[in-house]
Amino acid sequence: MSYLDRQGGGLLSWIASTDHKRIGLLYLALMTVFFFVAVGIGVAMRLKHLSGGDFLMTAQTYNALFTVHGVIMIFLFVIPGLPAVFGNFFLPILIGAKDVAFPRLNLLSWYFFVTGAALAVLSLFTGHGPPDTGWTFYVPFSIKTGTNVSLAVLAAFVLGLSSILTGLNFITTIHRLRAPGMTWHRMPLFVWSLYATAWIQVLVTPIIGITLVLVILERFFNIGVFDPAKGGDPLLYQHMFWTYSHPAVYIMIVPAMGAISEIIPTFSRKSIFGYNAIAYSSIAIAGFGSMVWAHHMFTSGMADTADFVFSLLTFIVAVPSAIKVFNWTATLYKGSIEMSPAMLYALSFVFLFAIGGLTGVMQGALGLNVHLHDTYWIVGHFHYVMFGGTGFAFFAALLYWFPKMTGRMYAARPAYAAWGLTFTGFNILYFTMLVLGAQGMPRRYYAHLPQFHDAHLVATAGSWLLAAGLVTLFSNFICALFRGRKAEANPWGGITLEWTISSPPPTENFAEVPTVTAGPYAYNPGRPG
Amino acid sequence: MPFLAQASSFSGSVDRVFLGTLAVCAAFLLLVTFFIVYFSIRYSRKRNPEPVDIHENTPLEIVWTVVPLVLFLAMFYYGWTDFRTMRNPPPDAMVVEVTARQWAWSFKYPNGRQSGELYAALGRPIKLVTRSLDVIHGFFVPAFRIKVDVVPGKSNFVWFAPRLLGDFDIQCTVICGVDHSAMLSKVRVLSEEDFKKWYFSDEDAPHAAAPAAGSPRKTSALELLGAKGCLACHSVDGTPMVGPTLKGLYGTRHAVLFKDGEREVAADEKFLRQVIQEPDSAVVVGYPPVMPPSDLTEAELAEVIAYIKSLRDK
Repeated sequence: MSYLDRQGGGLLSWIASTDHKRIGLLYLALMTVFFFVAVGIGVAMRLKHLSGGDFLMTAQTYNALFTVHGVIMIFLFVIPGLPAVFGNFFLPILIGAKDVAFPRLNLLSWYFFVTGAALAVLSLFTGHGPPDTGWTFYVPFSIKTGTNVSLAVLAAFVLGLSSILTGLNFITTIHRLRAPGMTWHRMPLFVWSLYATAWIQVLVTPIIGITLVLVILERFFNIGVFDPAKGGDPLLYQHMFWTYSHPAVYIMIVPAMGAISEIIPTFSRKSIFGYNAIAYSSIAIAGFGSMVWAHHMFTSGMADTADFVFSLLTFIVAVPSAIKVFNWTATLYKGSIEMSPAMLYALSFVFLFAIGGLTGVMQGALGLNVHLHDTYWIVGHFHYVMFGGTGFAFFAALLYWFPKMTGRMYAARPAYAAWGLTFTGFNILYFTMLVLGAQGMPRRYYAHLPQFHDAHLVATAGSWLLAAGLVTLFSNFICALFRGRKAEANPWGGITLEWTISSPPPTENFAEVPTVTAGPYAYNPGRPG
Repeated sequence: MPFLAQASSFSGSVDRVFLGTLAVCAAFLLLVTFFIVYFSIRYSRKRNPEPVDIHENTPLEIVWTVVPLVLFLAMFYYGWTDFRTMRNPPPDAMVVEVTARQWAWSFKYPNGRQSGELYAALGRPIKLVTRSLDVIHGFFVPAFRIKVDVVPGKSNFVWFAPRLLGDFDIQCTVICGVDHSAMLSKVRVLSEEDFKKWYFSDEDAPHAAAPAAGSPRKTSALELLGAKGCLACHSVDGTPMVGPTLKGLYGTRHAVLFKDGEREVAADEKFLRQVIQEPDSAVVVGYPPVMPPSDLTEAELAEVIAYIKSLRDK
């Protein structure tokens, strides 16, 4: 009896379920819808740049589109993505537990997520139009604009609650519910990454909560915390915003790194190289990553000493990410590599994330940052990290775990075709943005100067390939849901705990709580894992 | 940057840091990509059905921790030295006040001369001191590799010494409202002689010295509108923009939202004076209430109103 068959398929058995696996699927379904809405908005923005001047939409619409694209992608897909979907589904299974520590709290997290998502949608259609400030809601513009900033900000606030509760739940689960013998150093690396992420979620999300409430208070009561005319400071907002939103970048990327650390060993048939280095570098990223926020503000006019310190820390936080990249590469050495679609996406992740990380290192250099800040370079850079990184890892994880989650196999050929399209389109689109930015094209521009036009055309063409690839990828999954052949319990030959149970997993995960005797990637039982 | 003029004294060194860091980063990327591709082929399941289980190698971990750290710290150092130069303007730099508002730039020189475009003399350093009248803007000249946020309530600065003659784009880089991408201007770099001619040609400037050459010339009302940023939202040829066009405006009747309610009034001298000085007190229905108050002197105000009158019959 799998978790999917339980008590028939009534709606209530889903939306009132405290089963971590069903909740994981609920997140997956809703997020996929939002993801494609935001992809559509992205494609529309690229279409606008087929012309340098007025074309297709008004400037106000364009400003609303890039704001909504950012809000949906960041708050409804990239931040919650891997923890809420794969964390929920696999964290208990990977440590040999029956569910998360607080199943009802987990359901509450889901309802906060749904409420936040509903408020975000509502902000588009009520008030004086969707917000037009960019997802960063910088004051004083976000306070002066007549658009529906208050509701959008409230949506982000409620989504924050969901994120905090999920983090809390995961920390407790990892501390309390590990199966006998599942010591810290026998935990799969995806669990380590969720652990590091959960701490960031719990510790920094309240800061964005406070900040967003202050924005709402400013808008309704003019309290003046950010208003220089009343002794406030607009830069205070930026500090508070980035104190959360920079660590949030690591909330987005660290679980992705964890998923990659599962996929590469399975398809290489060998142990991960440098387990400790990868596990502890996640913690180092969580720690140092919380102290680099002001590198978003090098041109804001803060003290030169602050510029110096934040630039230095920015270079240091790059080191643990580099360590991970080297260890993943070394894992391949003398493996027996099967280039499955999941593996192909996982290795593409390493390549794209490396470009994202290295462009980040470049713009961390102060003198260079002055030129690159707020240009398309930045847009290209964070899409390499967030989309090439987290997005591609999300796809890799979905390709890897889809048979386990649904009990169905997808067709391999369309998955390879989707990879070709997404990988090619992605690089055409975002590498061109890096070039545009280096030449001085500012971000969030409705109109562009003639010298940038040719590159804009190239980027737009790339967006079509990318969108076609994404449609191919997900159509393949949807076909597989209905027509895919039944998946075996262990289609990839993995040895972490999820592969020891049936596909889809039984409601209680394990008939009997497993006892763990070796590390997660002990392909060679002769050696200690 | 490739394909971008190196028009200021910083451009060369910023570009060297760009190319230097790019080279190191590209080497990293190529190295990693090479090994991923090579291992994927060399150790494919077909070629290597039996994996060798290798767990870790401490010396290797140390090497690939220390080497990137050293390279990153070097990048940090070179980025910092460039930045230090940018933060230390030469004491003899000419101080120009740059004022940003939605959605226009305005520049004020030591002698009181104002303009909507930034004029600079070749080789002569200029220190720009920023002021915002409304929200945060970003002052960016790609060809100079300089950028600074223009933050309300805060005076930031940026400096440069132009090393090429010509016109260079100024672009706003912080989202500031509907016309953010139209908040453009130019830096016009002139020879020392031409710059002096321009600088001293405004007899209205309070501290103008004797004009160097050519005939003295008053700032026209149109130039004034440009310098104060009015033309960012109001056209003078009937083109629809954020605010009403000034062409044919004088004397026409409009529904206007006053503090005490909506009335229809004629755009006469009294009304124009009110909306220019206190834009919030009277908003023409159908236009957003976004006009900032102006700092026109009485003489300038009279001149602007006379000009709007003169546009009536055109």
